[in-house]
Amino acid sequence: MTGLGGGVIVVPVLAIALGVDLRYAIGASLVSVIATSSGAAAAFVREGYSNMRVGMFLEIATSLGAIFGAFLATRVPTAGIAIVFGAVLLYSGYASLGQTPSDAADTEKPDRVAGWLKLDSSYPTGHGMQTYHVQRVPLGFALMAIAGALSGLLGIGSGALKVLAMDRGMRLPFKVSSTTSNFMIGVTAAASAGIYLSRGYIDPGLAMPVMLGVLAGSLLGARVLMRSRIRLLRLVFGAVIVLMAVEMIYNGVTGKL
Amino acid sequence: MEDRRLEIIVSHLLRVGVGASALLVMAGATVYLSQHGAAVADYHGFHGEPAAYRTLSGLLSLETLHHGQGLIQLGLVLLIFTPMARVALTLMAFLGKRDWIYAAVSALVLATLLYSFMSA
Repeated sequence: MTGLGGGVIVVPVLAIALGVDLRYAIGASLVSVIATSSGAAAAFVREGYSNMRVGMFLEIATSLGAIFGAFLATRVPTAGIAIVFGAVLLYSGYASLGQTPSDAADTEKPDRVAGWLKLDSSYPTGHGMQTYHVQRVPLGFALMAIAGALSGLLGIGSGALKVLAMDRGMRLPFKVSSTTSNFMIGVTAAASAGIYLSRGYIDPGLAMPVMLGVLAGSLLGARVLMRSRIRLLRLVFGAVIVLMAVEMIYNGVTGKL
Repeated sequence: MEDRRLEIIVSHLLRVGVGASALLVMAGATVYLSQHGAAVADYHGFHGEPAAYRTLSGLLSLETLHHGQGLIQLGLVLLIFTPMARVALTLMAFLGKRDWIYAAVSALVLATLLYSFMSA
Protein backbone atom coordinates (compact mmCIF):
# COMPACT_ATOMS: atom_id res chain seq x y z
CA MET A 1 0.00 0.00 0.00
CA THR A 2 2.79 2.44 0.84
CA GLY A 3 4.84 1.00 -2.00
CA LEU A 4 7.34 -0.57 0.39
CA GLY A 5 7.41 -2.57 3.61
CA GLY A 6 8.63 -6.02 2.56
CA GLY A 7 12.34 -6.63 2.53
CA VAL A 8 13.26 -3.19 3.71
CA ILE A 9 11.72 -4.13 7.09
CA VAL A 10 12.50 -7.86 7.18
CA VAL A 11 16.28 -7.56 6.74
CA PRO A 12 16.99 -5.05 9.56
CA VAL A 13 14.60 -6.82 11.94
CA LEU A 14 16.34 -10.16 11.34
CA ALA A 15 19.86 -8.72 11.31
CA ILE A 16 19.62 -6.18 14.14
CA ALA A 17 16.85 -7.38 16.45
CA LEU A 18 17.37 -11.14 16.07
CA GLY A 19 21.11 -11.23 15.35
CA VAL A 20 20.78 -13.30 12.17
CA ASP A 21 23.76 -13.18 9.80
CA LEU A 22 23.12 -10.55 7.14
CA ARG A 23 23.49 -13.08 4.30
CA TYR A 24 20.78 -15.38 5.69
CA ALA A 25 18.58 -12.33 6.37
CA ILE A 26 18.95 -11.14 2.78
CA GLY A 27 18.15 -14.61 1.40
CA ALA A 28 15.01 -15.02 3.54
CA SER A 29 13.87 -11.50 2.71
CA LEU A 30 14.26 -11.94 -1.03
CA VAL A 31 12.10 -15.07 -1.01
CA SER A 32 9.34 -13.40 1.00
CA VAL A 33 9.46 -10.41 -1.37
CA ILE A 34 8.63 -12.72 -4.31
CA ALA A 35 5.66 -14.16 -2.40
CA THR A 36 4.06 -10.84 -1.43
CA SER A 37 4.68 -9.05 -4.70
CA SER A 38 3.38 -11.93 -6.83
CA GLY A 39 0.35 -12.32 -4.57
CA ALA A 40 -0.50 -8.62 -4.77
CA ALA A 41 0.35 -8.39 -8.48
CA ALA A 42 -2.26 -11.08 -9.18
CA ALA A 43 -4.95 -8.72 -7.90
CA PHE A 44 -3.60 -5.49 -9.43
CA VAL A 45 -3.10 -6.99 -12.89
CA ARG A 46 -6.66 -8.30 -12.88
CA GLU A 47 -8.06 -4.90 -11.91
CA GLY A 48 -6.22 -3.29 -14.83
CA TYR A 49 -3.99 -0.87 -12.88
CA SER A 50 -0.61 -2.37 -13.79
CA ASN A 51 0.85 -1.57 -17.19
CA MET A 52 2.25 -4.95 -18.22
CA ARG A 53 4.12 -3.63 -21.25
CA VAL A 54 5.91 -0.95 -19.24
CA GLY A 55 6.65 -3.56 -16.56
CA MET A 56 7.99 -6.15 -18.98
CA PHE A 57 10.15 -3.68 -20.88
CA LEU A 58 11.68 -2.33 -17.66
CA GLU A 59 12.21 -5.88 -16.35
CA ILE A 60 15.08 -6.16 -18.83
CA ALA A 61 16.86 -3.46 -16.81
CA THR A 62 15.86 -4.70 -13.35
CA SER A 63 16.72 -8.36 -13.97
CA LEU A 64 20.15 -7.59 -15.45
CA GLY A 65 20.76 -5.15 -12.58
CA ALA A 66 19.64 -7.78 -10.06
CA ILE A 67 22.14 -10.36 -11.34
CA PHE A 68 24.88 -7.77 -11.11
CA GLY A 69 23.76 -6.86 -7.57
CA ALA A 70 23.63 -10.50 -6.45
CA PHE A 71 27.19 -11.08 -7.69
CA LEU A 72 28.26 -7.93 -5.84
CA ALA A 73 26.57 -9.26 -2.68
CA THR A 74 28.79 -12.35 -2.73
CA ARG A 75 31.93 -10.19 -2.95
CA VAL A 76 31.27 -7.07 -0.87
CA PRO A 77 31.89 -7.52 2.90
CA THR A 78 28.71 -7.50 5.00
CA ALA A 79 29.73 -4.21 6.67
CA GLY A 80 29.61 -2.53 3.26
CA ILE A 81 26.20 -4.06 2.51
CA ALA A 82 24.92 -2.80 5.89
CA ILE A 83 25.98 0.77 5.11
CA VAL A 84 24.36 0.75 1.65
CA PHE A 85 21.26 -0.76 3.25
CA GLY A 86 21.16 2.03 5.83
CA ALA A 87 21.31 4.65 3.09
CA VAL A 88 18.45 2.98 1.20
CA LEU A 89 16.44 2.80 4.45
CA LEU A 90 16.95 6.52 5.03
CA TYR A 91 15.63 7.26 1.57
CA SER A 92 12.66 4.90 2.09
CA GLY A 93 11.82 6.67 5.36
CA TYR A 94 11.98 10.03 3.63
CA ALA A 95 9.81 8.76 0.76
CA SER A 96 7.15 7.35 3.08
CA LEU A 97 6.98 10.61 5.06
CA GLY A 98 6.62 12.63 1.87
CA GLN A 99 3.34 13.46 0.20
CA THR A 100 1.76 11.02 -2.20
CA PRO A 101 1.58 12.75 -5.56
CA SER A 102 -1.96 13.24 -6.78
CA ASP A 103 -3.04 11.74 -10.06
CA ALA A 104 -3.02 14.73 -12.38
CA ALA A 105 -4.97 14.61 -15.62
CA ASP A 106 -2.90 13.69 -18.64
CA THR A 107 -1.47 16.78 -20.29
CA GLU A 108 1.70 15.28 -21.71
CA LYS A 109 2.35 14.85 -25.42
CA PRO A 110 3.01 11.33 -26.74
CA ASP A 111 6.68 10.35 -26.61
CA ARG A 112 8.35 8.82 -29.69
CA VAL A 113 10.12 5.94 -27.91
CA ALA A 114 7.04 5.18 -25.79
CA GLY A 115 4.92 5.13 -28.93
CA TRP A 116 7.27 2.73 -30.69
CA LEU A 117 7.20 0.43 -27.66
CA LYS A 118 3.38 0.76 -27.37
CA LEU A 119 3.71 1.78 -23.72
CA ASP A 120 0.85 4.31 -23.54
CA SER A 121 -2.26 2.94 -21.89
CA SER A 122 -5.17 3.79 -19.63
CA TYR A 123 -6.24 2.89 -16.08
CA PRO A 124 -9.50 2.91 -14.10
CA THR A 125 -10.32 6.02 -12.03
CA GLY A 126 -13.41 7.30 -10.21
CA HIS A 127 -14.66 8.82 -13.44
CA GLY A 128 -13.94 6.08 -15.97
CA MET A 129 -10.79 5.09 -17.82
CA GLN A 130 -8.06 7.71 -17.91
CA THR A 131 -5.44 7.53 -20.67
CA TYR A 132 -1.82 8.54 -20.08
CA HIS A 133 1.35 8.97 -22.11
CA VAL A 134 4.65 7.52 -20.93
CA GLN A 135 7.60 9.94 -20.98
CA ARG A 136 11.41 9.72 -20.78
CA VAL A 137 11.80 5.97 -21.29
CA PRO A 138 15.66 5.96 -21.24
CA LEU A 139 15.72 7.73 -17.85
CA GLY A 140 13.24 5.23 -16.42
CA PHE A 141 15.28 2.35 -17.85
CA ALA A 142 18.51 3.61 -16.25
CA LEU A 143 16.86 4.13 -12.85
CA MET A 144 15.41 0.62 -13.07
CA ALA A 145 18.87 -0.88 -13.63
CA ILE A 146 19.95 0.78 -10.35
CA ALA A 147 16.80 -0.44 -8.60
CA GLY A 148 17.54 -3.97 -9.81
CA ALA A 149 21.15 -3.84 -8.60
CA LEU A 150 20.04 -2.66 -5.14
CA SER A 151 17.43 -5.43 -5.04
CA GLY A 152 20.05 -8.07 -5.82
CA LEU A 153 22.59 -6.60 -3.40
CA LEU A 154 20.24 -6.08 -0.43
CA GLY A 155 17.53 -8.73 -0.90
CA ILE A 156 14.76 -6.15 -1.08
CA GLY A 157 12.15 -5.42 -3.75
CA SER A 158 13.35 -1.78 -4.03
CA GLY A 159 9.75 -0.77 -4.72
CA ALA A 160 10.37 2.82 -3.57
CA LEU A 161 12.97 3.43 -6.28
CA LYS A 162 10.89 1.63 -8.90
CA VAL A 163 7.90 3.85 -8.10
CA LEU A 164 10.14 6.92 -8.24
CA ALA A 165 11.45 5.93 -11.67
CA MET A 166 7.96 5.50 -13.11
CA ASP A 167 6.09 8.19 -11.20
CA ARG A 168 8.58 11.08 -11.35
CA GLY A 169 10.79 9.84 -14.18
CA MET A 170 8.36 8.45 -16.72
CA ARG A 171 5.34 10.48 -15.57
CA LEU A 172 3.05 7.53 -15.01
CA PRO A 173 0.04 8.01 -12.71
CA PHE A 174 0.91 7.07 -9.12
CA LYS A 175 -1.50 4.12 -8.97
CA VAL A 176 -0.07 2.72 -12.19
CA SER A 177 3.51 3.21 -10.95
CA SER A 178 2.96 1.51 -7.62
CA THR A 179 1.06 -1.47 -9.04
CA THR A 180 3.44 -1.90 -11.99
CA SER A 181 6.36 -1.75 -9.56
CA ASN A 182 4.74 -4.58 -7.64
CA PHE A 183 4.31 -6.56 -10.86
CA MET A 184 8.05 -6.23 -11.63
CA ILE A 185 9.38 -7.06 -8.17
CA GLY A 186 8.77 -10.81 -8.56
CA VAL A 187 10.88 -11.08 -11.71
CA THR A 188 13.59 -8.79 -10.32
CA ALA A 189 13.86 -10.85 -7.14
CA ALA A 190 13.76 -14.15 -9.05
CA ALA A 191 16.76 -12.99 -11.09
CA SER A 192 18.97 -12.78 -8.01
CA ALA A 193 17.28 -15.66 -6.14
CA GLY A 194 18.95 -18.26 -8.37
CA ILE A 195 22.37 -16.89 -7.44
CA TYR A 196 21.43 -16.63 -3.73
CA LEU A 197 20.22 -20.23 -3.77
CA SER A 198 23.41 -21.60 -5.29
CA ARG A 199 25.53 -19.63 -2.80
CA GLY A 200 23.63 -21.06 0.16
CA TYR A 201 21.98 -17.78 1.27
CA ILE A 202 18.51 -19.30 1.39
CA ASP A 203 18.05 -21.35 4.56
CA PRO A 204 14.76 -23.29 4.70
CA GLY A 205 14.47 -23.09 8.51
CA LEU A 206 14.73 -19.31 8.47
CA ALA A 207 12.99 -18.51 5.19
CA MET A 208 9.93 -20.62 6.09
CA PRO A 209 8.60 -18.49 9.00
CA VAL A 210 9.63 -15.26 7.26
CA MET A 211 7.88 -16.14 3.99
CA LEU A 212 4.70 -17.47 5.62
CA GLY A 213 4.59 -14.59 8.11
CA VAL A 214 5.11 -11.85 5.56
CA LEU A 215 2.59 -13.44 3.19
CA ALA A 216 -0.07 -13.72 5.92
CA GLY A 217 0.71 -10.18 7.08
CA SER A 218 0.34 -8.75 3.60
CA LEU A 219 -3.03 -10.45 3.10
CA LEU A 220 -4.21 -9.07 6.44
CA GLY A 221 -2.55 -5.69 6.07
CA ALA A 222 -4.23 -4.94 2.77
CA ARG A 223 -7.60 -5.20 4.53
CA VAL A 224 -6.66 -3.34 7.71
CA LEU A 225 -4.93 -0.55 5.81
CA MET A 226 -8.06 0.12 3.76
CA ARG A 227 -9.81 1.58 6.80
CA SER A 228 -7.04 3.09 8.87
CA ARG A 229 -5.45 6.50 9.13
CA ILE A 230 -2.81 6.31 6.44
CA ARG A 231 -1.23 9.63 7.38
CA LEU A 232 -0.44 8.58 10.96
CA LEU A 233 0.71 5.15 9.82
CA ARG A 234 3.15 6.69 7.37
CA LEU A 235 4.55 8.93 10.09
CA VAL A 236 5.15 6.08 12.55
CA PHE A 237 6.49 3.88 9.80
CA GLY A 238 8.87 6.60 8.55
CA ALA A 239 10.24 7.19 12.07
CA VAL A 240 10.85 3.47 12.65
CA ILE A 241 12.66 3.18 9.34
CA VAL A 242 14.95 6.15 10.06
CA LEU A 243 15.85 4.61 13.45
CA MET A 244 16.70 1.29 11.82
CA ALA A 245 18.74 3.08 9.16
CA VAL A 246 20.90 4.78 11.80
CA GLU A 247 21.37 1.47 13.63
CA MET A 248 22.27 -0.30 10.39
CA ILE A 249 24.87 2.28 9.36
CA TYR A 250 26.32 2.38 12.91
CA ASN A 251 26.67 -1.41 12.96
CA GLY A 252 28.20 -1.35 9.49
CA VAL A 253 30.79 1.29 10.42
CA THR A 254 31.73 -0.39 13.69
CA GLY A 255 31.88 -3.74 11.90
CA LYS A 256 29.26 -5.50 14.06
CA LEU A 257 27.29 -6.86 11.13
CA MET B 1 -5.14 -13.06 -27.54
CA GLU B 2 -6.17 -9.67 -26.23
CA ASP B 3 -4.03 -7.89 -23.65
CA ARG B 4 -6.93 -8.02 -21.21
CA ARG B 5 -7.28 -11.79 -21.47
CA LEU B 6 -3.55 -12.23 -21.04
CA GLU B 7 -3.73 -10.13 -17.87
CA ILE B 8 -6.36 -12.43 -16.40
CA ILE B 9 -4.38 -15.58 -17.24
CA VAL B 10 -1.23 -14.01 -15.73
CA SER B 11 -3.24 -13.17 -12.63
CA HIS B 12 -4.37 -16.80 -12.27
CA LEU B 13 -0.84 -18.11 -12.83
CA LEU B 14 0.62 -15.87 -10.10
CA ARG B 15 -2.11 -16.80 -7.64
CA VAL B 16 -1.72 -20.55 -8.24
CA GLY B 17 2.10 -20.35 -8.07
CA VAL B 18 2.17 -18.46 -4.78
CA GLY B 19 -0.62 -20.60 -3.31
CA ALA B 20 1.03 -23.90 -4.25
CA SER B 21 4.42 -22.86 -2.93
CA ALA B 22 2.90 -21.61 0.34
CA LEU B 23 1.16 -24.99 0.78
CA LEU B 24 4.40 -26.86 0.09
CA VAL B 25 6.30 -24.67 2.55
CA MET B 26 3.59 -25.23 5.18
CA ALA B 27 3.71 -28.99 4.63
CA GLY B 28 7.49 -28.87 5.00
CA ALA B 29 7.17 -26.70 8.09
CA THR B 30 4.89 -29.28 9.74
CA VAL B 31 7.40 -32.06 9.11
CA TYR B 32 10.37 -29.86 10.04
CA LEU B 33 8.86 -28.65 13.32
CA SER B 34 7.84 -32.18 14.32
CA GLN B 35 11.46 -33.28 13.77
CA HIS B 36 13.35 -30.25 15.08
CA GLY B 37 10.72 -28.16 16.88
CA ALA B 38 12.52 -28.33 20.19
CA ALA B 39 15.94 -27.34 18.84
CA VAL B 40 17.13 -23.74 19.09
CA ALA B 41 18.15 -22.33 15.71
CA ASP B 42 21.44 -20.46 15.38
CA TYR B 43 21.95 -18.05 12.50
CA HIS B 44 24.67 -15.89 14.03
CA GLY B 45 27.42 -16.98 11.70
CA PHE B 46 27.22 -17.75 7.99
CA HIS B 47 28.02 -21.32 7.01
CA GLY B 48 26.19 -21.61 3.69
CA GLU B 49 23.70 -24.36 2.96
CA PRO B 50 24.58 -28.01 2.25
CA ALA B 51 24.74 -28.89 -1.45
CA ALA B 52 21.39 -30.70 -1.29
CA TYR B 53 19.66 -27.37 -0.56
CA ARG B 54 21.61 -25.35 -3.13
CA THR B 55 21.08 -27.30 -6.35
CA LEU B 56 17.99 -28.42 -8.24
CA SER B 57 19.25 -31.99 -8.56
CA GLY B 58 19.93 -32.07 -4.83
CA LEU B 59 16.46 -30.78 -4.05
CA LEU B 60 14.71 -33.28 -6.26
CA SER B 61 16.42 -36.33 -4.77
CA LEU B 62 14.30 -38.63 -2.62
CA GLU B 63 16.66 -38.20 0.30
CA THR B 64 15.88 -34.47 0.50
CA LEU B 65 12.14 -34.96 0.25
CA HIS B 66 12.11 -37.00 3.44
CA HIS B 67 13.23 -33.97 5.39
CA GLY B 68 11.02 -31.03 6.26
CA GLN B 69 13.74 -28.62 5.20
CA GLY B 70 13.94 -30.21 1.77
CA LEU B 71 10.18 -29.79 1.29
CA ILE B 72 10.36 -26.15 2.40
CA GLN B 73 13.24 -25.46 0.05
CA LEU B 74 11.34 -27.09 -2.81
CA GLY B 75 8.39 -24.81 -2.06
CA LEU B 76 10.70 -21.79 -2.13
CA VAL B 77 12.12 -22.88 -5.49
CA LEU B 78 8.56 -23.24 -6.82
CA LEU B 79 7.99 -19.67 -5.64
CA ILE B 80 11.09 -18.47 -7.51
CA PHE B 81 9.84 -20.29 -10.62
CA THR B 82 6.46 -18.50 -10.50
CA PRO B 83 7.67 -15.18 -12.01
CA MET B 84 9.74 -17.20 -14.49
CA ALA B 85 6.65 -19.10 -15.60
CA ARG B 86 4.85 -15.78 -16.01
CA VAL B 87 7.59 -14.52 -18.36
CA ALA B 88 7.48 -17.80 -20.32
CA LEU B 89 3.70 -17.43 -20.63
CA THR B 90 3.90 -13.86 -21.95
CA LEU B 91 6.64 -14.94 -24.37
CA MET B 92 4.30 -17.51 -25.90
CA ALA B 93 1.37 -15.10 -25.90
CA PHE B 94 3.32 -12.37 -27.70
CA LEU B 95 4.72 -14.88 -30.20
CA GLY B 96 1.15 -15.96 -30.90
CA LYS B 97 0.13 -12.32 -31.40
CA ARG B 98 3.12 -11.76 -33.70
CA ASP B 99 4.12 -8.89 -31.43
CA TRP B 100 7.82 -9.33 -32.13
CA ILE B 101 9.05 -6.46 -29.96
CA TYR B 102 7.47 -7.85 -26.81
CA ALA B 103 8.27 -11.44 -27.73
CA ALA B 104 11.92 -10.31 -27.85
CA VAL B 105 11.53 -8.41 -24.56
CA SER B 106 10.07 -11.52 -22.85
CA ALA B 107 12.76 -13.75 -24.36
CA LEU B 108 15.52 -11.47 -23.09
CA VAL B 109 14.09 -11.39 -19.55
CA LEU B 110 13.58 -15.17 -19.56
CA ALA B 111 17.17 -15.70 -20.71
CA THR B 112 18.41 -13.50 -17.84
CA LEU B 113 16.38 -15.49 -15.30
CA LEU B 114 17.57 -18.81 -16.73
CA TYR B 115 21.15 -17.60 -16.59
CA SER B 116 20.72 -16.90 -12.88
CA PHE B 117 19.48 -20.47 -12.40
CA MET B 118 22.25 -22.04 -14.46
CA SER B 119 24.43 -21.76 -11.39
CA ALA B 120 21.86 -23.57 -9.24
